[in-house]
Amino acid sequence: MVKVYLDHSATTPMHEEVLKAMNPYFVDRFGNPSSIYLLGQEARQAVEHARSQVADLINCSAGEIIFTAGGTEADNHALIGYALANKDKGRHIIVSSIEHHAVLETAEFLAKQGFDLTLLPVDNQGTVHPDYLKEAMRPDTILVSIMHGNNEVGTIQPIQELAEIAHQGGAVFHTDAVQTVGKIPVDVKDLNVDMLSLSGHKIYGPKGIGSLYVRKGTRVASFMHGGGQERRRRAGTENVPGIVGLGCAAEIARQEMAQEAKRLQHLAEKLIKGILQSIPDTYLTGHPHNRIPGHVSVCFKYVEGESILLMLDHMGVMASSGSACTSGSLEPSHVLLAMGYPHEIAHGSLRLTLGKSNTEEQVDYVLEVLPPIIERLRAMSPLMK
Amino acid sequence: MYSAKVMDHFMNPRNVGEIEHADGIGEVGNPVCGDIMHIEIKVQDNVIDDIKFKTFGCAAAIATSSMVTEMVKGKTLEEAEKVTNRLVAEALDGLPPQKMHCSNLAADALHQAIQDYLSKSRSAE
Repeated sequence: MVKVYLDHSATTPMHEEVLKAMNPYFVDRFGNPSSIYLLGQEARQAVEHARSQVADLINCSAGEIIFTAGGTEADNHALIGYALANKDKGRHIIVSSIEHHAVLETAEFLAKQGFDLTLLPVDNQGTVHPDYLKEAMRPDTILVSIMHGNNEVGTIQPIQELAEIAHQGGAVFHTDAVQTVGKIPVDVKDLNVDMLSLSGHKIYGPKGIGSLYVRKGTRVASFMHGGGQERRRRAGTENVPGIVGLGCAAEIARQEMAQEAKRLQHLAEKLIKGILQSIPDTYLTGHPHNRIPGHVSVCFKYVEGESILLMLDHMGVMASSGSACTSGSLEPSHVLLAMGYPHEIAHGSLRLTLGKSNTEEQVDYVLEVLPPIIERLRAMSPLMK
Repeated sequence: MYSAKVMDHFMNPRNVGEIEHADGIGEVGNPVCGDIMHIEIKVQDNVIDDIKFKTFGCAAAIATSSMVTEMVKGKTLEEAEKVTNRLVAEALDGLPPQKMHCSNLAADALHQAIQDYLSKSRSAE
């Protein structure tokens, strides 16, 4: 049966080279990087090599990288760590209303601990306008967190301008770049961000590993306590194979990114054009051009997302949706609602995210099987008059 | 996540459509929560002679709608009124817990259609 994986924003298969790089660190070179004998020091070297590979990908120095157990931990670390270490300066935090839950719920947690939280609105293409941030800044604002690329609708935010406004107001700027690192150039100096989260498994690396970039001189409280690892910021024996895998994935991404982005952009444009042409009452969600390469997100009127996913799965196509049934709550995607889509349209969302394994033939196949699925579900829908 | 029976009724739903000059119509749910079930019945001598549904919603919503139509077609109104959402879910070999609430309203739509028929026939008398 045909298998078309179109959910690369959820996770990616690990690159063969990454697996090869990781393999020795499970059994042969199993040492603890904190041990002083050779076996331990080999592991230490591997960890530090990976740290510079990750640093090279985002143009920072190796000492500014903290390894974490993934993007979610990096987001938690950035927000909680910064807020706790700087609460004497102020208690106001600003995040956008379309953040990943790793940022949104962490910010809400801080609000429960006595911090003031402002959620920034977005326009109907999912962009946070610099003016929105300007208006929300207060003298006691200490931290602004706005994601680089949105996971659901693919919109890329004007991070440079937003960071500039945060800095002018005396706040630091964090960005969740889990969806953009390895897909478009992400340069922390260029973006002028103080903290940045990234994840291994979104860039053909292993799951359970990620990084937080913390600009030198930025005060962040330790996230894990109980050891001196990661310069006392994140205690616990390092996940050596995971770290090695992330480093290798970062290096491959750095080399292949430019060419792969071009290819994915072409495929995504073809997919978007084909869907909009063949299926009426369909909306492209997110910014029409300023979006993550390979990211396709649409809403079909009159039908519900989970039903689309199951019928696509039946045809071998794996995708995702922001409908209530797939979000695990009774509400559809908070991102689409923040963008102003009514509930009934947000329920009919479909996200197709392309990656390395996808070909032009697969795009043609999706364009062949998707329209009859929507037609079939619409024939069953009482909303379709 | 779903039983084989749910998937069967989702992929091959029974009795989809509308009935011309239906005797009773029921509709529950709303687009905000993502599920709307619309059921139409034709009644002959106190028996559900024909039943059709249209549903906007997830696989559970479509499968429960399909199942309820199959369970009551050819049954008397009294028998049909005894069919509950729980019985529909059981007939499908169960539903995931999070689907028991909003996606399992098909019997409610059926009961509304029956009430609609009864009130129409009462006012016709």
